[in-house]
Formats: sequence, structure tokens, C-alpha cells
Amino acid sequence: MDLRIVDLVKAFDRFPAVHGVSLDIRSGELLALLGPSGSGKTTLLRLIAGLEIPTSGEIWFGNENASALSVRARNIGFVFQSYALFRHMTVLDNIAFGLRVRPSASRPTEAEIKQRALDLLDLVQLPGVAERFPSQLSGGQRQRVALARALAIEPRVLLLDEPFGALDAQVRRDLRRWLREIHDRTGHTTVFVTHDQEEALELADRVVVMCNGKIEQIGNPDEVYDEPASAFVYGFIGDSSSLPVTVKHGEAVFDDRKLGLWSQNGPDGQAMLCFRPQEIDFVDESDGLAGRVKTVRRVLNVRRAELEVGRTSQTVEIDIGNDMEVRRGSPLSFRPRRFKLFPLDGAAS
Amino acid sequence: MSKHRDVTQEKPLVQLLLIIAVTLFLGIFLVLPLVIVFVEAFRNGFQTYLAALGDPESLAAIRLTLLVAAIAVPANLIFGVAASWAIAKFEFPGKSVLNTLIDIPFSVSPVISGLIYVLLFGAQGVLGPWLEAHGIKIIFAVPGIVLATMFVTFPFVARELIPLMQQQGTRDEEMALSLGASGFKTFLQVTLPNIKWGLLYGVLLCNARAMGEFGAVSVVSGHIRGLTNTMPLQVEILYNEYAFAAAFAVASLLAMLALLTLVMKSLLEWRYGAELAARKRRP
Repeated sequence: MDLRIVDLVKAFDRFPAVHGVSLDIRSGELLALLGPSGSGKTTLLRLIAGLEIPTSGEIWFGNENASALSVRARNIGFVFQSYALFRHMTVLDNIAFGLRVRPSASRPTEAEIKQRALDLLDLVQLPGVAERFPSQLSGGQRQRVALARALAIEPRVLLLDEPFGALDAQVRRDLRRWLREIHDRTGHTTVFVTHDQEEALELADRVVVMCNGKIEQIGNPDEVYDEPASAFVYGFIGDSSSLPVTVKHGEAVFDDRKLGLWSQNGPDGQAMLCFRPQEIDFVDESDGLAGRVKTVRRVLNVRRAELEVGRTSQTVEIDIGNDMEVRRGSPLSFRPRRFKLFPLDGAAS
Repeated sequence: MSKHRDVTQEKPLVQLLLIIAVTLFLGIFLVLPLVIVFVEAFRNGFQTYLAALGDPESLAAIRLTLLVAAIAVPANLIFGVAASWAIAKFEFPGKSVLNTLIDIPFSVSPVISGLIYVLLFGAQGVLGPWLEAHGIKIIFAVPGIVLATMFVTFPFVARELIPLMQQQGTRDEEMALSLGASGFKTFLQVTLPNIKWGLLYGVLLCNARAMGEFGAVSVVSGHIRGLTNTMPLQVEILYNEYAFAAAFAVASLLAMLALLTLVMKSLLEWRYGAELAARKRRP
């Protein structure tokens, strides 16, 4: 099912949570809504589900305008971070719930409902827990049951709100792969919310990066990582350093020092220079950005130096080789191999 | 005594003194009176005890008390669930005012609660003449007693459920709706099972108070023997007439109700304490 969101606005009492979001969701894709807390991603998901009523704008499910449909009539599958399993029901009853509450005309027979629930338990790789209660399952198992319950009603779209947020790192990684498999097998159009960039990049076909109720960038994982559209996306996805510079005649200047970094058609004036710590080359002291090492930290498989640059002692981070001799106070000069310059009066807020 | 004490734990002597103080206090003010009720009730033997309870006026009082509770408790069960539902699950203007209003019966003297109904429905009251013209009797009759009891016991169910429902939030309901359940099915199959023990707890306390209420009922009852006397009122009348054995016999029934309530309350707290206290993390 294609979804089309047109100029959607949701204002809560005091603050607008979603301002003017338009988004096309393709049939069968796995889409991530990625952003920091308060970016409006969960509100957007709840608007699609019908759990929130939009202030203005439209939501289309295929050719049907779903804006005015109740959550009950939308036929969506929703999964909460907190699972929201009905704790007084067995796993089987939880999964069967959506089928059993149907009006008798469209309700399958009890035998069919039971068979479908058992099939779904197989699909989510949890055979044999049908008669258990949610409290007897681990967090990861509960989330699998929650997904099976959402799939039971054959939803038009599957909406997952931070589905792995409450689980520990190892289980998260396993469930990520598992969700991808389920998605590939069932082909449901799926939208999931996450604040975990790694999760979004690994799992999603396309990533929607949100900030302050607006979409910052839509693209596949490579695009949002390699070609960030704003300083915010640069900073939010992957490690990055940024430095306020001035662009003069197309070249970035920091503390009156020309950096040899050329703006891509951007205007002259104040700009934010963004680059990744690992995408740098070390250069002669007279060249590039020069600074002194403040601290060196170990970040998993690399060593990362905090460098103080310029008269105002701005701090940037760069990766250094494992065998490089640096200590506090050592002078270092480098130039970003890949970088972006975002004009400060616009996109790079 | 182990050397490893909690930092917040008192010295043994202080502990002992505190425990003795509490035990003495409870003994003198709670246990002793309770024992006396039963001692006095059975002073003239079991036969006299049964005879006192079998007295037509006392029987009528017992029947009236059961009737009042049978009306007031279910009514407050429904109102209590509705009020907690509204307060815990919806946002609307005036919500905090409503939340405060629910507590009024707890903060107002029961005598005042009774008096309100006399002023409203009594012969000299606002609605009195109209009611009289239509032959409806509320004050000094059973309806007045039911109304006063309902007023006094209104907060019990709501006060128990509001924190529970607030803590549970609306996640489960949202889930049920998104799975296609109607509002009524959602309430019956999701909300109600989530609150059932808290509800039972509230009903238990509500019932104990409904059967034991004296002040408010005394004002509206009129003390008509065999007609508008509930058990607490009957105890007072018998006692004032120096029929001590009979008074204590009826009182012993109320005391047994209290003990039964206490046992059931403890059972519920022991078995479902976590759910009642709304502390448990939800699956």
C-alpha cells in the first residue's frame, strides 16, 4: 500500500510537534523515521496510525483519504516500544485478539483464528509459547509477540514505534536482522521510528531524518550518510566535527588562514564546515587547519584526538593512526578529505 | 542483633520503645474495644445473643443495611469507574476541579452530608413542597438513606482507581483500538481486566463504609423503628434504652463485618499488592 502524507501539521497545546510534513511512502518499503527526541517522529507515526488527530493536512492510504478514518477503521498494525501486550491474556489470545474482536460477519472461525495465531508464532520464530503469559517471556520475545499480534489483522501498513528501544544491545542487533527477514518475507509496507542511527541505516530502505517537527532529508542510507543535506544531518548521522568558518571568493577561511577547501556553489559569508573525523589527511604545519592536541581517547577501533584550533580555541575531533606518536600539546595540521560547507543563515541552523 | 545495621535503622532500645508504644496504643484503642464488643454481646449466653438478633426491629435494621449497601455499592462502582476513566484517560478543562470534587465526601463531616439532603428534599427544603405534592418521600425514608450513603461512600472506588489508571496510561486501549476493537469491547476485554483487583479493593472499602455509616444516615433517617433504622442506628437506640446485650449483639455483627473486610483487604494486598499499588512494571 502506497502512503501519501500531504502538508501534515500537528500542534499540541503549547508547541507544534509536526510542522508541514509531506512524504511519499512506497508500497512494500521499509522506511525509518530518524531523529532526536522531540523531533516529531513519534507524533508523525501516531498521526499515520490515527492515534493523533492532525491539526491540518492529509494522509492517503493508496487512493483512499484516510485523514478522517478512526484508528479502528484504518487497519494498521502498531507496535509500541513498551510492547503493550495484554498481560492478562496468553500469547495466543494476544495474537488472536484483533481477529476475535471483529464483527461476527467478518470474523474467521475459532479454529482458523487459532491456526493463524500459531502460524504467526512460527513466523516470528517463537513456536511453543502460545500458552504462556507475557510476564513469562523475555523482552525480545515480547516484542516478537507484539509484532505477530500486529500482523494478525493483515494490516495495510505496519507502524513500529522504537520497536527495539527497550532491549539491550545484543538483542537489538539480533531483532534487527530478524525484522528485516520478516519484512522481506511478508512484504508489508513498514514505517519504524528510531533515534538510533545505526539501526536506521542498517535496517531501512530509506531514511527520513527529522528535526524540530520538519523533515531534514529523505534518502537511502548511503545518501544520508555520504551526502548529508544539512549541518544537522551531518552531525546527527555518524561521527562528525564542525567548525564555523568564513567563505571568501568560494574558499573557506578560518582565522585569516585559507584552508584550501572550496565551497560547492555556496554563497560567500559565514558558514559551517562539517567533516568526518576519519576522512582527513595530515598536512604540513603551514597548510590546512593547525591545532594542538587536547586529549586522545580510544573509540573502539580508532584513536580520536580532540584538537584545539584557532585563536578562540574551537575544538574539533579527528582520528589518528594507532601507531602515531601524539601527546597532549602536540601540534597537528590536517585537511578534511571530504567535507561540506553549509551557509549559516539557512540550512545549517 | 547483627553488627551490620542499615544506616536508617534505630538502636535496639529505641526500636523496642517504639514497638511497645505502638502495641500499647493499638491494644488500648483497637483490640480492647473489639474484645469488649464480643464479651458484652455474649455475656448472657448464646441464646440471648440469637434472640437479640432475631428481634423484628433488629432484623429490619439488618435488612435495611443490606438493601442500602446493595444499592449504594453498585451505584458507586459504576460512578467510580466512570469518574476515574474520565480523569485518568482524558484531558479536558475543569479536570482538576472534578478531581478535587470527588474528595468532598472525605473532607466534609458526614452530618453535613446528611443535612444537605434534608435542606434539599426535606419538608421545609427547596424541593420539599414539590416532592410532597407528588407523594414522593425521600427524607425520613429509605431513598434518603440510600442517597446519604452513596454520597459518603462515593470516593472509595474512584480514589482507588484513579492512580491505578493514570499509571497504566492509555497504551493498552490504543493497542486494542488499532487492532480493530470497538470502544465497548476495549473496555470489557482490556481496561476492566487491568483494573479488576483495584476495583475489588475499592468496592470492599466502599461496602464497609456503606454498612457502617452513622452520621449522614442518622440525620436523614428519622429513626423510625423497624422502618428507617440501619444497623448502626439500631445499636445507638438499643444502647440508649439500656438494652446493652442487644446493642452489643448488633454491634458484634458490624465488628465481624469489619474483621471480614480487614481479612479480605489483607488478602488482596498480599496477593495483588503490586497491582493495587500501581507500582509494577508492565509487560
